[in-house]
Amino acid sequence: MKQFAYYPGCSLESLSVSYDQSALESAKALDIELKEIIDWNCCGATSYFHADELLAYTLVARNLAIAEMDGLDFVAPCSGCYKNAYFTNQYLKEDPDLADHINYALEADNLHLEGKLSVKHLIEVFIDDVGLESIKEKVNHPLKDLRVAAYYGCQLVRPRKDGENVEDPQFFEDLISAIGAENVNYGNKMRCCGGSLIMTNRAAALDMVYQLLLDADKNQTDVIATICPLCNVNLEAYQSQVNQEYKSKFKIPVMYFTQLLGLALGIEPDRLGIGKELVSARILKQFE
Amino acid sequence: MEATLTFSKEIANLLYAEHGNPIRDCIQCGTCSGSCPAVEYMDHSPRQLIAMIGADMKEEVMESNTYWSCASCYQCNVRCPAGIDIAGMMYGLKRYSMWRERYKEGLVGPQFNESFMKMIMRTGRSFEPVLAPTYVFKLGAKDMFDEAMMATSLFFKGRMSLIPKRIKRIEDFRKMVKRIIPFGGDA
Repeated sequence: MKQFAYYPGCSLESLSVSYDQSALESAKALDIELKEIIDWNCCGATSYFHADELLAYTLVARNLAIAEMDGLDFVAPCSGCYKNAYFTNQYLKEDPDLADHINYALEADNLHLEGKLSVKHLIEVFIDDVGLESIKEKVNHPLKDLRVAAYYGCQLVRPRKDGENVEDPQFFEDLISAIGAENVNYGNKMRCCGGSLIMTNRAAALDMVYQLLLDADKNQTDVIATICPLCNVNLEAYQSQVNQEYKSKFKIPVMYFTQLLGLALGIEPDRLGIGKELVSARILKQFE
Repeated sequence: MEATLTFSKEIANLLYAEHGNPIRDCIQCGTCSGSCPAVEYMDHSPRQLIAMIGADMKEEVMESNTYWSCASCYQCNVRCPAGIDIAGMMYGLKRYSMWRERYKEGLVGPQFNESFMKMIMRTGRSFEPVLAPTYVFKLGAKDMFDEAMMATSLFFKGRMSLIPKRIKRIEDFRKMVKRIIPFGGDA
C-alpha cells in the first residue's frame, strides 16, 4: 500500500467534510493510504499572501516539515492549499537564503525542512500514482450515461507549474471517462469560480458562479465535478443565491470527484458523504 | 534619496522579489484585461492599472478597487506575453495598501484579511464563523438573511461546526511566527 502525507486543510473539517470522507475511502479502495499530517496548521489561504509573503511561506513550511519527517510526499485535496504548498516548496528549494530564514522560524517549533519531498494535488495521486488503467479495472458501478462537467477551476493548473497545458488540459476528463461517465464539453471549465471574492466582493463572485452554472446548464450537465472545496462551496452552496440574483432556476448537483470515483468503485454513498449537499444529488441514486 | 523615490519605482522595488518580469516590460496589449473574469467589477482594468503605476498616479491607484477585486485566478499570468506576474502584482498592491492602511472606502478585503490573520494566530486553523462578521454586516438585509439561512442549512447537513479547532502546539506555532514578524502578546 502506497502512503502519502495527507494535508486535509481547514475546509475539509467543516464545509467540505464529504470531500475528506470520499478522498479517504476512494484512496483506500485503490490501495493508497492517506496518512494525515500530525497537528497541521492552516496554510494561510490567500489572506496571508495579502499581508506578508515570508509569513505565508513559514505557515506552509511548517506543514511540509512535519510531512517530511515521515519521508512521504505531500498531498493536498484543496487547490488553494496545493498551490501554496507547491510554490513554497519550490521557492525554498531554489533559494537557500529564504530556506535558512524560514528554518530559523521553524526551529521555534523544533522543526527543520530539508526540501526533499514533492507536493501533489489529490487528483494527481489517482491519475499518476494509481493510474487510469488500474481505476478502470476496479470500477464495478460505472456511471453510465451520467453527464459530468469536469471543472478544473484555477489553482490546480494556474500558475503554470511545469510546462503543462493550462488552456485545455484533459486529465480530469480522462478520469471521468475511466469511471464510465460521459464528459460535458463546455467552454468555462478553466474559468474562475470567484474564490474568496464570495466573502469580499459578493456581486463579482455571484456573477462568476452564474457564468459557470449557465454554461454547464446549456450543455446538459447532470453533475458538476470539482477538485477544490472553495469551487464546490461557491457553485453548490451559493447556487440558490445565484438563482435569486439572476432569476435563474439552476438545480445542478456539484460533487467532489472523489465522491463520483467512490460510487463507481462501489462504495456506499454514506461513506462518501453523499447526502450532505444543499442541491439534491438524487440523480446519483441509480448508481448506488 | 527617499524624496526622489517615485511611486512606480516604489512598486518596482516592492515586486523585486516576485517571480515574473518587471512591470515596465508591459506592452499594454490588454490580454490581462480581456482574460480577467472580474474586470467588470474593477474601477480600472489590469492593463490600465499597470499604465497608471508607470505614470506614477499614486493617489488614483490607492483609491482603486482593482487589486481588491482580483480573485487570484492567474488567468492573466499564464497568458501575459511579457511574462509579468500580474496576480503577484495585485497581491503586492494589497500589501502596500494594508501596510499604509490606505484603501478605498467600503471594501471588505482589508478587514477580512486582518481577521483571518488574527484567527490563525489564535488557533492555527481557519474557522468560518469567526470571519463572517467582517463581511456579513456589509451585505444588504436580504443577502444577510440568505447567508444566515445558508449557514443554518449547512449546520443541519453537518457541514458547519460551532467549535473552532485548535492545533496542539499553538504556543510553539506562535513563537515560530514571532521569529518572522514580532507581534503583540495578545494576538
